[in-house]
Amino acid sequence: MDVIYKKEDKLLRINITEEIDHHSVEKLRQKIDYEIEAHMPKEVIFDFKGVNFMDSAGIGMIIGRYKIISMLNGEVKLINVNRFVKKIFEMAGILKIIPIIEEEGVKKYEKCV
Amino acid sequence: MKNAYKNEMKLEFSSKSNNEAFARVTVAAFASQLDPTIEELADIKTAVSEAVTNSIIHGYEEKEGNIKIICKLSENSIEIEIIDNGKGIENIEEAKKPLYTSKPNLERSGMGFTIMESFMDEVHIESVVGLGTKITMKKVIKM
Repeated sequence: MDVIYKKEDKLLRINITEEIDHHSVEKLRQKIDYEIEAHMPKEVIFDFKGVNFMDSAGIGMIIGRYKIISMLNGEVKLINVNRFVKKIFEMAGILKIIPIIEEEGVKKYEKCV
Repeated sequence: MKNAYKNEMKLEFSSKSNNEAFARVTVAAFASQLDPTIEELADIKTAVSEAVTNSIIHGYEEKEGNIKIICKLSENSIEIEIIDNGKGIENIEEAKKPLYTSKPNLERSGMGFTIMESFMDEVHIESVVGLGTKITMKKVIKM
């Protein structure tokens, strides 16, 4: 996992680079919560480009982070979600509250890469 | 009976969370003999991951134990049994309900059985409290 934080926009982009299951999720959760606490972002984008596998552990992890970020009045978005991972999110019905966005929609991000 | 299946394998490992990836990758490697699509393989991996995770978290409550997987291939399908000798499921109907979790403090989504049932063609749960749980799942590989 690696992160990019853009201060002007209070935008935190979290690139997840591991398979997400019950085993990996505990460490991921700790690392993500540390970044959220450190930056208090207004927007968090989870980049799934490096995620080849995710089971239901990922649903719990993302909903949990969504709750924390919402309490800080922040928004959560997902990007680069492959069709297998998308299927899991769709089944949980969470894409209505946590949308998948396209790279073109993240203009703010382009400036910081 | 023995000749009813084309191929068979058995796997036994400790109920440790780092074996979740090992279990799903091994079953997928074995299933690949049937020439499944990437989609079908992903479904199998996810269902195995859910069942093994259930055994580790709920069956053994993250304590020591063994998990056994038996895979049987026939012409166009794979049957997977995932067996633990853990504490068993008291109420199977309740456990199967979407969003139900017996451990809400763990940030679990309660989607495990729902995923198994929608990704596989058949899912049977047998469980005896105090003795363990056996999940039998079948996936038809379309030719």
